[in-house]
Amino acid sequence: MNSRVTDKIATSIFVLFAAIMAGTLFALLGYILYHGFAVIDLDFLTSNSSSFREGGGIKNQLFNSFYVLFITMLFTVPLGIGGGIYMAEYAKPGKVTDFIRTCIEVLASLPSIVVGMFGLLVFVAWTGWGYTILSGALALTVFNLPVIVRVCEDAIRSVPRELKEASLALGVTHWHTIKTVLLPAAFPGILTGVILSAGRVFGEAAALLFTAGLTTPNLDFTNWNPFNIHSPLNIFRPAETLSVHIWKVNTQGIIPDVREVADGASAVLVISVLIFNLLARWLGSVIHKRMSGSK
Amino acid sequence: MTNQSEAVKERLVKKKNKRSPEFRGKVIILGSAGVIIIAAIAITLFLTSKGLQTFIANGVSPIEFLTSTNWRPTDENPVYGAVPFIFGSFAVTLLAALFAAPLGIGSAIFMTEIARKWGQKFLQPVIEILVGIPSVVYGFIGLTVIVPFIRDHIGGLGFGLLAGTIVVGIMILPTVTSIAADAMRSLPQNLRDASYAIGATRWQTIYRVLIPAALPSLLTAIVLGMARAFGEALAVQMVIGNARNLPDSLVEPAATLTTIITLNMGHTTFGSVENNVLWSLGLILLVMSYIFIVIIRFLSARRKV
Amino acid sequence: MKFKGLMLMLVMSFVLVFAAACGNNNGGNNAGNNEGTDENAGGEASGQLVISGSSAMQPLVAAAAEQFMEENPNADIQVQAGGSGTGLSQVSEGAVEIGNSDVFAEEKEGIPADELVDHKVAVVGMTAAVHPEVGVEDLSKEDLIKIFTGEVTNWKEVGGADQEITLVNRPDSSGTRATFVKFGLDGATPAEGITEDSSNTVKKIISETPGAIGYLAFSYFTDDSVTKLSIDGVEASDENVQKGEFPIWAYEHSYTKGEPEGLAKTFLDYLMSDEVQNNIVPEQGYIAASKMEVERDAEGNQK
Repeated sequence: MNSRVTDKIATSIFVLFAAIMAGTLFALLGYILYHGFAVIDLDFLTSNSSSFREGGGIKNQLFNSFYVLFITMLFTVPLGIGGGIYMAEYAKPGKVTDFIRTCIEVLASLPSIVVGMFGLLVFVAWTGWGYTILSGALALTVFNLPVIVRVCEDAIRSVPRELKEASLALGVTHWHTIKTVLLPAAFPGILTGVILSAGRVFGEAAALLFTAGLTTPNLDFTNWNPFNIHSPLNIFRPAETLSVHIWKVNTQGIIPDVREVADGASAVLVISVLIFNLLARWLGSVIHKRMSGSK
Repeated sequence: MTNQSEAVKERLVKKKNKRSPEFRGKVIILGSAGVIIIAAIAITLFLTSKGLQTFIANGVSPIEFLTSTNWRPTDENPVYGAVPFIFGSFAVTLLAALFAAPLGIGSAIFMTEIARKWGQKFLQPVIEILVGIPSVVYGFIGLTVIVPFIRDHIGGLGFGLLAGTIVVGIMILPTVTSIAADAMRSLPQNLRDASYAIGATRWQTIYRVLIPAALPSLLTAIVLGMARAFGEALAVQMVIGNARNLPDSLVEPAATLTTIITLNMGHTTFGSVENNVLWSLGLILLVMSYIFIVIIRFLSARRKV
Repeated sequence: MKFKGLMLMLVMSFVLVFAAACGNNNGGNNAGNNEGTDENAGGEASGQLVISGSSAMQPLVAAAAEQFMEENPNADIQVQAGGSGTGLSQVSEGAVEIGNSDVFAEEKEGIPADELVDHKVAVVGMTAAVHPEVGVEDLSKEDLIKIFTGEVTNWKEVGGADQEITLVNRPDSSGTRATFVKFGLDGATPAEGITEDSSNTVKKIISETPGAIGYLAFSYFTDDSVTKLSIDGVEASDENVQKGEFPIWAYEHSYTKGEPEGLAKTFLDYLMSDEVQNNIVPEQGYIAASKMEVERDAEGNQK
């Protein structure tokens, strides 16, 4: 009897907690989107930001955010998958593995501002590049790598042992098994993890303050030569991303319409994260379907 | 080395080799692992040597740095005491964890044990979206909603420890929930089946079987949340008020290690004492993340025994 | 199959880094060449110029750069913000051609000030700002110091309303704070209080907090939400700063390493031209450097 009652009470507490959390988070999302939609229009998304006048947009910042994310992922995904495979398949229990695991934990628990400071020291000052997209992307790689490694390791480990054993029993080599059995089976999990981490990278600001800078040169969107300073694709130019922009207008900015710009930019950030998520889910299910169909 | 010679042999015999890709694969994998090691070591070495400059090159006393509550870098006789910031960082972290841990783990249990279907289909995506919401957005919301609310209903300027705590607490909530839910989900189903089979209620199963089984991972969730709170810079800086003395109450402005770094990094010149002390503050952040790791290790090691 | 793609990506990313590193070198060389080539030979300026430094000056310089580039489409000027310290560091390392700063290079430690050439582009005046309900519009410097050092904690002690005083500070390393402390408080260290970097935020906090006092540049006193204080009976106005009667002001500096050459020189001349000094500078709330009747050196001595 008593345990029944306890069970009921406990259950209602859990429900309450979940409700509080969901409530807070929904209020948050609602607030951002409600205020944001009042500001966002085509003009806001496609006009240049102003550093002192009213009515600036976020065109360059938006592009920079995506571009920095893309470059970061170019580094992180292969490295992360490699690291994940190592941890799941090759690492033998022992000192080396422990050490690598410690390294991953160190990287994972580093505050992003510390990563930014490291980036400032190495990618900005030591290499002499200055504030560049590449410096920012490398800093973000450091910051994102442990997440992807963990995602991949978990995804590979969660593949049923029987699959792997069956493959090995057929005389397929370890590497080939990883390539043809484990990775495909783990792929939806990896992809979802990667895209979710993309959301985190997309919104990161502290690591970028000191590495990608607070400003953007005048971009010419018809110039696609990646070595030209005006080209949006140049990775050796400073780039203020959307989240850095929100921070800057709020804490250093002198534009009169801080509130509007920050509202709009926040909503755009959140919507982008939303799109990443939906995309991850959709892609994950599509691939899963195709693969289970073809197998 | 044997791999290589075997590869050569195989090539000589012109057999369809299966070893070579195996070897290449291994190189790629080991390379990735190597990058992780190099990154971790490089960060530690670079930041440690830079952070120690203050004490070695500029002759600031490390004891004063760690024990003085005065931070007066621009005085005639500058004093660099980081205690108020260390205190601020810890206060924000612990209070935020106090807020986020029960809510997060409770919600995770709700998602995985009580309303599985609903949790999976509905809460999980929402939480994943929220994990992705940038910290600056939390900071901005804090600035426009929480700060005025505290000023009008609780008192003070609104900017202060309390605002920082709330912002960070909400920010790490989805992180904690998400990791905790993963931990609960990764428990083998037969644990639950066995527990229910011997007649345990759901609460008993959760409390006696599942939580102990998932404890290392749950604690990891909390500690990772705390690590994120400890290192959070911009969101906190926007709402905490950045005062350099020890706050007397929750609604007084305070500062954390990260906020002082962000506020002053751009204004100071590379290589000056004023700048170097910021790197020393960064070193404290680095040391703290090591401590967080040691805590995780300690807890999970105890679990295994 | 998929893994091949993955490997390809890995390889590609390394190639990219390599290519990019080369690209950087090229970029550097080009910039170097350009500096030499545009000997403003009676026509349009061209080439590339990177300016970095003070966030407060960034809008002013960026606006001038924008206008300059409209007139000289072949010139490319990038104005980055990062703070005065960053600007000074970068210009003395030669990483950028012009470094903007709110303070004299001599005041920043670790900067070889003698290698840098100062170009005083504009002057910014600042004064104490208070919440409109404190009932004070003029303070003696003595009282101002007492308030900021925490000796006086209630407005009634200096002839205002019975209201607790709340201080709003700037970060230690900020140029605004340095100027205010030096010329407004005669070097006294302000007592502790909430600290914000942005003038907008400071203004907002002052306007929302009864009894609050902080300091702002003149350009922020655009409405009645905060009260502009006179000091020792001298109104905080552009004219009084120009005549040297109002003490709290500072130069906005553009530093070059050695005498400027090429585009850097052309652009600095443009900044000092009447076109900029009479339009963009006052538009953004600064005082034209050319209109100053007094001068000041790095020690703060007025001439």
